[in-house]
Amino acid sequence: MPDFTKRLLHSHEGKLLLVVVVLFVFLSLATRSFFSLQNMIDLLTSYSFSGMLAAGLLVVLISGGIDISFTASASVAQYVAMTVANHFNVGWVEVILIVAAVGIACGLINAVLIGTLGLSSIIVTIATLNVFFGLLMFVTHGNEIFQLPDWFTNGASWVVYTDKQGNPYIFNLQMIGLIGAFVVTALLLTRTNIGRQIYALGSNKDAAQRVGIKVFRLNLLVYGYMGFVAGMASLIQAQDAQSVSPNALVGRELDVLAAVVLGGASLMGGVGTVFGTILGVMLLAFLQNGLLLLGVQSYWSECFTGAVILIAVSALALERQRQRAGIRRVMA
Amino acid sequence: MPDFISLTGISKHFGGVTALADVDMTIGAGEVHCLAGENGSGKSTLIKIISGVQPPDAGGEIVIDGRLYTHLTPAESTRIGIQVIYQDLSLFPDLTVAENIAFAQHLRGFRGAGQRRLRSRAEAVVARLGVALDLDALVGELSIAQRQLVAICRALAAEARLVIMDEPTASLTRTEVDTLLDITRELKRRGIAVVFVSHRLDEVMEIAERVTVLRDGRKLGTWDAQDMTPRRLGSLMTGHEFDYKVVVPDLSQAPVVLSVKALSRRGDFQDVSLDIRQGEILGVIGLLGSGRTELALSLFGMRPADQGEIRMDGAPVHLTSNRAAIDHGIAYVSEDRLSLGLVLEQPIASNIVLSTLDKLKGAGGLLSADRRRQAVRQGIEQLGIKVSDPENPVRTLSGGNQQRVVIAKWLATQPRVLILDSPTVGVDINAKDGIYAIVKRLAAEGMAVMMISDEIPEVLYHAHRILVMQGGRVKGEFHPADITETALREAIDA
Repeated sequence: MPDFTKRLLHSHEGKLLLVVVVLFVFLSLATRSFFSLQNMIDLLTSYSFSGMLAAGLLVVLISGGIDISFTASASVAQYVAMTVANHFNVGWVEVILIVAAVGIACGLINAVLIGTLGLSSIIVTIATLNVFFGLLMFVTHGNEIFQLPDWFTNGASWVVYTDKQGNPYIFNLQMIGLIGAFVVTALLLTRTNIGRQIYALGSNKDAAQRVGIKVFRLNLLVYGYMGFVAGMASLIQAQDAQSVSPNALVGRELDVLAAVVLGGASLMGGVGTVFGTILGVMLLAFLQNGLLLLGVQSYWSECFTGAVILIAVSALALERQRQRAGIRRVMA
Repeated sequence: MPDFISLTGISKHFGGVTALADVDMTIGAGEVHCLAGENGSGKSTLIKIISGVQPPDAGGEIVIDGRLYTHLTPAESTRIGIQVIYQDLSLFPDLTVAENIAFAQHLRGFRGAGQRRLRSRAEAVVARLGVALDLDALVGELSIAQRQLVAICRALAAEARLVIMDEPTASLTRTEVDTLLDITRELKRRGIAVVFVSHRLDEVMEIAERVTVLRDGRKLGTWDAQDMTPRRLGSLMTGHEFDYKVVVPDLSQAPVVLSVKALSRRGDFQDVSLDIRQGEILGVIGLLGSGRTELALSLFGMRPADQGEIRMDGAPVHLTSNRAAIDHGIAYVSEDRLSLGLVLEQPIASNIVLSTLDKLKGAGGLLSADRRRQAVRQGIEQLGIKVSDPENPVRTLSGGNQQRVVIAKWLATQPRVLILDSPTVGVDINAKDGIYAIVKRLAAEGMAVMMISDEIPEVLYHAHRILVMQGGRVKGEFHPADITETALREAIDA
């Protein structure tokens, strides 16, 4: 399929894929432990939380909005669910329903505030981040939950492969969550009317209204979905960490945002793909993991990560400028 | 011809303001109808009532297919087959042409039609209209003319029986307008009525059958388009007679201010030579892409020329930046005043002094409030800008007054050469008249003016000499007294 290959190479995703592959090869050669099945499994597990949130945030960005509050929603959701799990005789179904309900509720609060007050989504969600998080800290006094039910901490994992030394390689809940979030988001965006309406809304809000899209209802769905994903992500994060700390998650929202924007989503709305977002998350994961394995000091590592984000986003902006200049030539 | 829609006694009040008063109108099936009127004449309100966005006041009647409605809802209007193509076209730039055309398919159900059905639907419509469109291209990558085709295809995909187009020719070249006219004839052949809404006396009149004119919310009447001349339509729309005559003062003895010899900039324009004398208005006319705006930008130092010579008062000058051009006494009022000429949210006063802040410094290098106030008063008086308070944002002014603010800003730099790029785009006839008067007065006071335009009457009746540009070259020089509108149009389109 030469046509497909050409299109891919010209797209942002194609270029990003190239960068990720180059980085992967370089780190595999430069470090002893990067290229190993175990390291890949560890990466998948530890980036499952950010990756899931990136999938949810992608939907919000495509709709032309933004959400900063999802780490706070996630913190509230996991705290509520684990508190209930510790005090009542509940199981997986119940905690999943609880995190989903809390997450969706937080998302709907955002959507209603944005829709009814006509405020910009960034201001509203910065505010709700502080409100959700502040309330959580007030109610919990910042106390962590160290003791979780056994059925939860044991989780679910499947040994899929044992090597000659007898080391087991596992498939775990975190991977299911991550793959599930990407698959569901991709189906939502490309295979449903709702998904196409979300692209349309982000592309031109006035036109979307004129064509008959119910913008408020669509926003409820978009922010509700973000909240739902945040709830699910919080559950697998708690399972991985084996404890719940009310202030463990807040502060990671900008990393997630960076990954989605790296993946080609536009802050102006209307643009972005799940494939690009996956690559964005991979790039950040490889970079942070690689720098650690290379023995770079953690402060330098942060600085370096920031620089890469800056370079990638500048390249993206230049690319779009060139495209626009091309259009102007066509018009003249 | 049977009526498709018939409106009787339509009125609309917003609070105490009358937007429409007792308007009757009929549109026949397959008719091409022009709805003409100045800004604020009630055109937009009438369209909103037909498309169901707003209900009329009680007492009005709308009859479609023999059925009486007191008002329409947007959904009813769409179902009946009424489609409005707004001036901004309301398309989705990040979606493909096919999705834009058949977007209505995305509004039903959850799973929807799927990409294949949607595509075949778009394909059918494009084929029916016989236009060339790449269905997989993103709309954001298309030219304005192509986007308009997409919007028309979308209306057709929605089974339109009446297509209302708001200012459809505002940003099209002559060839593109011809394509639009062909498509309109095709729509008509299929029994689809088309209403053109315009405040310009333009090409769509060629194929319109009837013209309805609104003024101040009232209908003045409906005429056969054949009986309508641009001048009559202009005076009907405004209530004033605009009878411009060609007047050319003798400037042969006046000194040459700006002289350009064999000026070129690769890819933009080649071998342009021209002189502008003191007190002269030089009209430069050409289509979009003829190099007219590029030439102006070079003279203003924004895109310096590669070759050739520019002289001011006989002395060679190097215009390598706009700062240099301003220092040599050249001012440029850009075509797109909203994005390039004005800071819309800022006060009128701040906009007027924006280009001369350096000259308003007082003690300690800080801005002097006194000097600023003086400069603002001078600008407002000189150009007769109607302001209640100079500290109001420019946004609050009408198009014509905004244009005056831009000119005032540049006059504050005390230029010897004033370059005006399409000075009357988007302003109504009365405001145009005011701007022409200002330009003529400035010339009479000794300013050398270069007026770039794509409207023939504008240069014919208001310039002293006309240069025609085409493909980056000067194709001819004409004197307004020796040429007719038709001959000038042929020279431009040749």
